[in-house]
Amino acid sequence: MNGQNILTVYGKELRDSLRDRRTLISMIVIPMLMIPGIMAVAVGVSTKMINKARGEVPTVMVLGGDDSPVLRAALAADPKLHLVRTAANWRQQISDKQLRAAVEIPAGFDAALDRGTPAEVKIYNYDGELRSGFAVGELRNFLNDYREKTVTTRLVGRGLPAALVKPFEVKTQNVAPPEKVGGNMIGGLIPYLFILLCYTGAMYSAMDLTAGEKERGTMETILCSPVARTDLVLGKFLMVLTASLTAALISMISMGITFVVGGILMGAPRMTAAAKAGPLPMLDPAGLLLVLAMVLPVAVLFSAVLLAVSLFAKSIKEASSYVSPMIILIIIPAMMGLMPGVELNARLALVPILNIALVSKELVSGVFHWQYLALIFGSTCIYAAAALAFCVHLFNREEVLFRT
Amino acid sequence: MIEARNLTKVFRDKKRGEIRAVDDVSFTCRPGRIYGLLGANGAGKTTTLRLLATLLRPTAGGATVAGFDIVAEPERVRASVGFLATSTALYGRLTARETIAYFGRLNGLSDAAVAARVARLADELDLHEFLDRRVEKFSTGMKQKTSIARTLVHDPAVLIFDEPTIGLDVMTARNIVRFVRDCRTRGKTVIYSTHVMSEVEKLCDLVGIIHHGRLVAEGSLAELGERYGVQDMEEIFIRAVGADGEEAA
Repeated sequence: MNGQNILTVYGKELRDSLRDRRTLISMIVIPMLMIPGIMAVAVGVSTKMINKARGEVPTVMVLGGDDSPVLRAALAADPKLHLVRTAANWRQQISDKQLRAAVEIPAGFDAALDRGTPAEVKIYNYDGELRSGFAVGELRNFLNDYREKTVTTRLVGRGLPAALVKPFEVKTQNVAPPEKVGGNMIGGLIPYLFILLCYTGAMYSAMDLTAGEKERGTMETILCSPVARTDLVLGKFLMVLTASLTAALISMISMGITFVVGGILMGAPRMTAAAKAGPLPMLDPAGLLLVLAMVLPVAVLFSAVLLAVSLFAKSIKEASSYVSPMIILIIIPAMMGLMPGVELNARLALVPILNIALVSKELVSGVFHWQYLALIFGSTCIYAAAALAFCVHLFNREEVLFRT
Repeated sequence: MIEARNLTKVFRDKKRGEIRAVDDVSFTCRPGRIYGLLGANGAGKTTTLRLLATLLRPTAGGATVAGFDIVAEPERVRASVGFLATSTALYGRLTARETIAYFGRLNGLSDAAVAARVARLADELDLHEFLDRRVEKFSTGMKQKTSIARTLVHDPAVLIFDEPTIGLDVMTARNIVRFVRDCRTRGKTVIYSTHVMSEVEKLCDLVGIIHHGRLVAEGSLAELGERYGVQDMEEIFIRAVGADGEEAA
């Protein structure tokens, strides 16, 4: 192994890549724009949708209850509900989202209430639909209030205190530090994006440096130079790793800027309100840096695997058909790390990608399980070294280099 | 000097089975001489030259190039060889200067030596006009000149040319032929593969005719003419390989 040769190859590949628009896009532009883009679209659209849904007075139909004018009048008097005329096709109207919900009052409801006989009111809704959900919420609030008022009236009528039905109050109070709240909320998302960007950042570079060279006919030119195959593959590998880590680093910087700028632009009044309610969710900065350190062996693993797979292909098109579906193999374990209830243990610490996703969630929450960190870092380094060794092995196989 | 001894290369193909691309080939190329390797497409010329340039490893037999064994010392062989083929393309996003310098460094030249060599090759090959322009914008002739400079940057003792004029226009092809002659004048060992008979007549001191991976005839043009009783290279070739593809007697 000749360090000078490795650096010469790396230097040339770096210069070459920096002049390639497509590499620059995958290495710098996409990681820079992806996070602010996703945040802007996701936050913007969901906030708008929720606010619009919240602002709407839900359209509700009352079914039956002709003999219960008291309840019907109370429902009609609630400003948070917009009652419409009863129609036979109410189910269809809910499905068509013209009607948000329907409430069915059983026959003789008012009379049953006076007698103290239990009665059942039914709410019909469209499960999973946001506006229908809000309508159900409003109906429930109304009916709960109506029930409480009825109970209170009965107790008072019998000379009993109203507190009889509510002997104690229940209140929840968060005691988790703000960075733990943040870690749980977005801690899983950060490594997921890092892992994905590490992969996509390395992808184009790996294909260009191997299959691309075969396609353009420069592979044979470089192979007939005296540089050893190992030096050649290591020089190329360093370039792919640079692309991968640059993508991860830029995405991290972009994420930081997005949170700061996004907070100033969108959340200033809301943040003040939130500060009154309690501490804001935060991420542990030391943990965030440790996430980057953990991403390093993953980037090595991705770079080596992508280089090996792309080397096998004869053209960028063929390489692309191999490496693009491989994203699924990255996304699934990274997403499993986002699932609630999947916790880090010694066995999962050995599963590549999933282990990083899980430990990163802990790290940004400020939880440091050093024995797992060592196990994950060590095992990922071993996988990365094996992938790199395999890549060097492929570079020495003429049937791969001269595959026709 | 190139000495090939019973050089053999077998490829294994799932559909076609065992393919003997080069079959027990022996020949010698001497310094200051041009050895022409003549054969039809698929005869085994490129595989033979790739074996000599250590891009492939022989299945059996061997060779020495500039005194180095192609199996035991592949990196030293490559350091002594300049390999030029239509399949050896250039990096489009590098300039001509960067290209020559890159291959100079990979051949172990110091920065000072690289700079001196680039200046000299630019003078010799008249590269100054486009030395600092990117290769992707070059005409075929400019690319070919840059490729020659890339091949010569480390001043190799042995030059291997694999059908270097294929697909080139007449003027560019003539430049290549002139350059190959210059190499002979400078005392380099030159092996030149082609299927263009006129190039063989113009250039080669010794000709080896390769067919189905085997060296079926070898000698100077005069010797081959005498052996087959014709003077025209095309006729010699047809008689050597046999009209039905069988070896001539």
